[in-house]
Amino acid sequence: MSSSSGTPESWISSFCSLLGHEYFAEISEDFIEDDFNLTGLQAQVAMYKEALEMILDVEPEDDDDEEEEEEEDEGDESIEGEEGAIRQRAVERRHHRMASDLSIIESSAEMLYGLIHQRFICSRAGIQQMSEKYELAHFGVCPRTNCEQVRTLPVGLSDVPGEDTVKLFCPSCLDVYVPPNSRFQTVDGAFFGRTFGALFLLTFPDYDISKRGAEVLGGDRSSRNLPDSQRTDDEKINGFNAHNLAPGLGQGKVYEPRIYGFRVSERARSGPRMGWLRNRPVDLHELDEATLHAAEHPDESDDGAEVESDPRQAGRRRQNGGSPMDVEANGETYA
Amino acid sequence: MDDFNSETDSDYTSYWRDWFISSRGNEYFCEIDEDYLTDRFNLTGLNGEVQYYQYALDLVTDVFDLDCDDEMRETIEKSARHLYGLVHARYIVTTRGLAKMLEKYKKADFGKCPRVMCEAHPLLPMGQADNPNAKAVKLYCARCEDIYNPKSSRHSAIDGAYFGTSFHNIIFQVYPALIPAKSYDRYVPRVFGFKVHAPAALIRWQHAERDEMRRRLRKLEIESGFKDDEGDVEAEDSEEEEEEEEADPEVFENGEAQGGQVGPVA
Ligand SMILES: [Zn+2]
Repeated sequence: MSSSSGTPESWISSFCSLLGHEYFAEISEDFIEDDFNLTGLQAQVAMYKEALEMILDVEPEDDDDEEEEEEEDEGDESIEGEEGAIRQRAVERRHHRMASDLSIIESSAEMLYGLIHQRFICSRAGIQQMSEKYELAHFGVCPRTNCEQVRTLPVGLSDVPGEDTVKLFCPSCLDVYVPPNSRFQTVDGAFFGRTFGALFLLTFPDYDISKRGAEVLGGDRSSRNLPDSQRTDDEKINGFNAHNLAPGLGQGKVYEPRIYGFRVSERARSGPRMGWLRNRPVDLHELDEATLHAAEHPDESDDGAEVESDPRQAGRRRQNGGSPMDVEANGETYA
Repeated sequence: MDDFNSETDSDYTSYWRDWFISSRGNEYFCEIDEDYLTDRFNLTGLNGEVQYYQYALDLVTDVFDLDCDDEMRETIEKSARHLYGLVHARYIVTTRGLAKMLEKYKKADFGKCPRVMCEAHPLLPMGQADNPNAKAVKLYCARCEDIYNPKSSRHSAIDGAYFGTSFHNIIFQVYPALIPAKSYDRYVPRVFGFKVHAPAALIRWQHAERDEMRRRLRKLEIESGFKDDEGDVEAEDSEEEEEEEEADPEVFENGEAQGGQVGPVA
């Protein structure tokens, strides 16, 4: 903000207020101005320097007018018409940008903002800002009936831009969904990235993720306190608060197909096959045992064994909670 | 539903069902045959459920000719919509009804599954109860076998009993060729390329459940219906290995072993 005191709205806040950009956090200028945070982005974005200046509202004085017009309505006819005139002036002043450059810079700025955003929301300040948006249910609610409208988080399925659009991660069923409104289907998923969703859960273990989005908006505080006070367990399973480990899954939350009241048998050709995807052990300690078992019988594990060489010790440590930052390698078998 | 008055004031006795199914918000309904509606046997027990039953039925079958005030008319119209819904739940499990709903399913008139891994598989409307006024309509995805809330508020108020708890399951018994291939594809939460331990342990447990089911089915020589099937039950998971290219174990091994800081950049 300091560098744009004369401007009514910064590039960043106008970008974030565009239709379809509701999921974005406003990256702090401090974050962008720290070169370390931008490492490697120069090679990914055309006209990097100009794009960065645009994001930070640092512009050569002469360009102010065109820049703002361009910002308001991209691809406007009138701007095309002015192109000739602008070119003439560009000849006179070498540092003057051409209109065609402006649209490149504009789209580069959006790309650059998105890529920085992917990093920003995994920083302390960024994830904090996203948590405020989450609290207000800015990212919508899970469409799955048995998740009972819990709040979701925006995520990407890839960290590479251009591959897929933004999705919504539901911490209650640990699945990802297409945002309900088509305006989000043009927002690049890489601008949120693969890490943010899970990192959010690890960073804020005390959120009641089974709280309904509607309750948040309705300011219904009482229902939030109720489960908390009834809960006797601050127990942790594998480093997660037990009550926050996929509360939308398990007994009573798995759809059971029925015909005239009778459950469709697994033996039927059309019988249920996907129950496992929405299931969860009744006793969550079974998950510790599964870990133990996997370590003892690495052949049977589908994800490879744990890092720990002594399965007993591993089991014991997990029972005590482990670290909330506990992560696993990708299927490599260390044992 | 409020559109009803304005649209039909003049032309109130013609093609009520046409109007009903083409009204905004009623996209999930198919048209019930006249033959079906006029066979009293099909309506057994509904007269107790619907106020002004006979007038409502007359309205639905385009033979309504009662001269009454607007208030009464509105009441009867409301009853007619309710009656249509209740008959609809019965009709869509008949041969003709199933065929009509199948056509709508093929056109994805009921929307598409919001679950990313279901790749926009078409949905079917369903009820969580067969008695009216209990639960609103939900949408069933035959690929993930789960149910979802309609996106639009104009659908989320429709009574689920108008579709019932059986239709969306019966249709796959009657048309087994329609059963979509089931898939292992799933989302795995990760931080900087690494699986997070607690969800990963749950996912392993779920996969053990799945493999157990697969063994049961194989023993009974029943087709499991998984597209990623065929191979060994134990030796799957290729879909997760594909994702590994992004991970850089070198960077995180340290943090991982100590359970330490893997997070924030700044
Ligand atoms: Zn689905």
